[in-house]
Amino acid sequence: MAGLFWLIPLIPGASALALLLAGAKLPRKWAAAQASGAVLLSFVLSLAAFLRLSGGGPDVPALSKTLLSWIASGSFTASITFQFDELSAVMALVVTGVGFLIHVYSAAYMAGDKAYSRYFAFLNLFMFFMLVLVMASGIVLMFVGWEGVGLCSYLLIGFWFERPAASKAGLKAFVVNRVGDAAFIVGILFILAHVGSPEFAAINAASASGLLAPGLVTLVAVLLFAGATGKSAQIPLHVWLPDAMEGPTPVSALIHAATMVTAGVYMVCRLNGLYAASVPASSVVAWVGGVTAVFAATIALVQNDIKRVLAYSTISQIGYMFLGCGVGAYAAGMFHLVTHAFFKSLLFLAAGSVIHALGGGQDMRRMGGLRKYLPVTFPVFLTGALAISGVPFLSGFFSKDAILTSAYAGGHHVLYALGLLGAVLTALYMFRLIYLTFYGEERFEPGPGRHIHESPPAMTVPLVVLAVFSVLAGYIGLPVFFGAKADRFGRFLESVLKAPAGHPSLPAEALLVLAATASALLGIFLAFVLYKRNPEIPPRLAYRFPGLYRLLVGKYRVDEAYDALFIRPLVRGSETVYARFDLKVVDGVLNGSAAATGMAGKGLNILQTGLIRDYALAFVLGVVVFLGVLLL
Amino acid sequence: MIPTAAFLALAALLFALGVLAFFVKKDLLTQFMAVEIMLNAGNLAFLALARSLGKPDGQAVVLFVITAAAAEAVVGLAIIVLVFRRRKAVRTDDLKELRG
Repeated sequence: MAGLFWLIPLIPGASALALLLAGAKLPRKWAAAQASGAVLLSFVLSLAAFLRLSGGGPDVPALSKTLLSWIASGSFTASITFQFDELSAVMALVVTGVGFLIHVYSAAYMAGDKAYSRYFAFLNLFMFFMLVLVMASGIVLMFVGWEGVGLCSYLLIGFWFERPAASKAGLKAFVVNRVGDAAFIVGILFILAHVGSPEFAAINAASASGLLAPGLVTLVAVLLFAGATGKSAQIPLHVWLPDAMEGPTPVSALIHAATMVTAGVYMVCRLNGLYAASVPASSVVAWVGGVTAVFAATIALVQNDIKRVLAYSTISQIGYMFLGCGVGAYAAGMFHLVTHAFFKSLLFLAAGSVIHALGGGQDMRRMGGLRKYLPVTFPVFLTGALAISGVPFLSGFFSKDAILTSAYAGGHHVLYALGLLGAVLTALYMFRLIYLTFYGEERFEPGPGRHIHESPPAMTVPLVVLAVFSVLAGYIGLPVFFGAKADRFGRFLESVLKAPAGHPSLPAEALLVLAATASALLGIFLAFVLYKRNPEIPPRLAYRFPGLYRLLVGKYRVDEAYDALFIRPLVRGSETVYARFDLKVVDGVLNGSAAATGMAGKGLNILQTGLIRDYALAFVLGVVVFLGVLLL
Repeated sequence: MIPTAAFLALAALLFALGVLAFFVKKDLLTQFMAVEIMLNAGNLAFLALARSLGKPDGQAVVLFVITAAAAEAVVGLAIIVLVFRRRKAVRTDDLKELRG
């Protein structure tokens, strides 16, 4: 069965095609069942291929299958080849596993929507492109998946396109991603020109062997990373992700938390040979990640929309992953990607359950005291919050600790401090969310004839499953205290991702763990003081520091700055060109040539008398002149 | 044997008469006949040269011209009949709707 691994992306792809073509005619139940079944099938195949890979020891070669030769031009060739190595296995399992749960959840969450089959068609299409992205063996095919998930992101953010905000958010996501992708394409072209092969193995080998000049390696790595900042919503291209929350909540969980936005991290890990060969590029990755982690967390502190808090939290957590990759701890970055996929999709889906219970409200100022109405949602939400905050023995604790330890061990003390500060802020904004939503007085007004109710089992069961994984996922990558071989995750990925060089001594590592734990608990304690015990303090703080508060609420005015720097000059420039060049020069040339033709026609008009005799005369004269010339 | 030049002179004369008639006459039917005379003047020249050169090519061309002239006569006469039915007259100078 593992031999059929190349069907993993194709099954959801075929299902998407069927739903797109015939979805409107299929019964609603069937559309949901087909879409979920396709993803489940992919998950089972991924699991089979994973077992083959992990059971065989380190010398089992990665699965690889070439479906067809795609581009063959001179010495350059690119084929459609899927590979299933350790890194792809991790990504495929997360994508199909979390994806399946979200499909099941969606079946209930979207039950009232009129475009039910279109929704599942797009969701399946997304799974197809995402799996192409993670299973491609070369960067050209990966780019197909990369753009495809961007397209699906656009389609699903703007799923409720009747709402102007939703279609605008979809457009923004697409355009901002284009900026990053432009750099990404240039990076790919550099690779194709200098390595000559799109295969990842060839790129990594060429970077490591010094075939590529160091400056070129740095240039390519930074260009590709610019694409990753777009896809993974890092500074400076993070502006699209909060707006992307206009899409349906399961979409936010699947695409904008668990899978697509982490594609940038996957790309950096996949090309770890390239990034490891360039110290400056790695520094760029680490610093962008570290700064984004803190930057986005501070904005999350003051947001009032429950989904926007989670969106900024996602940006911040992806910053951690890049921080890990930048300091050389690629496996730690991947580890955080996996645990984050579980607890962040859990948080989003639980937030969706809250929104569902309230009949659509997302403003936390109109929530409060919900814990007694939502007996399933509340504990799972709390689990997710504890996991993301890094409370000991939950998954987020282990993965965040792995990143911070590597940062410290690599001598990046400022980055380590940034990470620690981010951890405090993470715990603070998560528990602010918990207290505002589930504790305190009830500030919501159910509409007439409505009552607050827990979600149906199709929504709560995926929540519980994800909660279990949010607790347990950390135990696949335990720190060194538990034995040298406790980091099963890192060892599994060892053949693809090199382990970082240095390891701190055991006492130092113990101190680091204590510091991480303390920062998580400090954040939770601060949230408790500010939003439970003394809820009058936050408004007073906002009053005391109005400038800072407005800066945070205004998201550091990045959108406004882009508007003033790029968008408005572009619009104004286009208007000027339109008025000066289009209207005057282009239209002038066209109108002028039309007028000239018209005048020529009027001039020649007098020859056309309508009298046959005149025409015959011209004819005869013509013949006489012709013969005259011929004879003379 | 009659010299070729005589045939050619006759053909030229016939052609000139045709042209003259085409310009002088003012009704369509007569002008049409003038065109036929010009065509046959051409035929005569072809045949005369074919005989003097001893090649059959000229005769073949004449057969084609006769065929084309027959077809042309059908279409032309049909047009003339229709014009007559509509206007009760076939004066060429009255037909100048196509003036630009």
